[in-house]
Amino acid sequence: MSGIIGKKVGMTSLFDAEGRNIPCTVIEAGPCVVTHVRTEEKDGYAAVQLAFDEKKEKSTSAPLKGHFAKAKTTPKRKSVEFKTFPDEKSLGDLVTVEIFAEGDFIDVVGTSKGKGFQGVVKRHGFGGVGGQTHGQHNRGRAPGSLGASSWPSRVFKGQRMAGRTGGDRVKVQNLQVLKIYTEQNLLVVSGSIPGAKGSYVIVDK
Amino acid sequence: MDLVKFVEEQAVAKNEVPAFKAGDTVSVHYKIREGNKERIQVYQGVVIQRNSDGTNQTFTVRKISNGVGVERIFPVNSPNIDKVEVNSYGKVRRSKLFYLRGLTGKAARIKSKRV
Repeated sequence: MSGIIGKKVGMTSLFDAEGRNIPCTVIEAGPCVVTHVRTEEKDGYAAVQLAFDEKKEKSTSAPLKGHFAKAKTTPKRKSVEFKTFPDEKSLGDLVTVEIFAEGDFIDVVGTSKGKGFQGVVKRHGFGGVGGQTHGQHNRGRAPGSLGASSWPSRVFKGQRMAGRTGGDRVKVQNLQVLKIYTEQNLLVVSGSIPGAKGSYVIVDK
Repeated sequence: MDLVKFVEEQAVAKNEVPAFKAGDTVSVHYKIREGNKERIQVYQGVVIQRNSDGTNQTFTVRKISNGVGVERIFPVNSPNIDKVEVNSYGKVRRSKLFYLRGLTGKAARIKSKRV
């Protein structure tokens, strides 16, 4: 997948040609620098490593400094490998939002907002009990039965229960690119994308 | 939020609407597309609230249609709004007039301001 690294800026809404109000997300994407090129002969697979977002020199470790110096660029915060870039890339090349066009369909990968320890209703969409009456006192959002009795005398693996929710890698597919502002490095895509404002996202073409 | 504002400024064409507030009676000329034909429908009523700020502003217009209360929310910058006319300026003491929902007939009148 070819693509670009970006940062979620926030959401707004725009009107389309038919006058419908479309919810959309603004992504600050790139410019990314090619910091490493992996080849079939040397690494066993072909890929391009992109880096994005400035970082202070003093908070960069020496090995990383060397890595970025090789590509003749300043230290960056986030690096991601992309497979199958359409054209050959060499160290130090820039990748900008110009690889996209308005109307393209893209996928966006991000880390969803952490929700902490959540019950089974929020975490897995269980229905809950569905009412206040019929003997319910404080069991309204409980998971109910975990399985049968004497057979199998245990709870099956993978039984959905309460626990840490959110903070997962999430991919949202088929979002449309509505606007591109090359000077500001902005992408405006339809719909919502995972993560908090300011979190890194990968925009796949 | 600056960049979001930037996108809104660039991408949303602003409508020129006259100044109006909650309590004013307005006619909204709204474009309706039927197949290939486009016609304009006038929706008249009392503005009961103006909501949000910037390019995503909306206003809610309430009217009584065949004895049933109807409320419609219009985005101020919607391209489907042809024009907004202010018919009268109302004299009200709050910015959200939700109390009108509980009133009918004579009690739901709003005194108009002389301009």
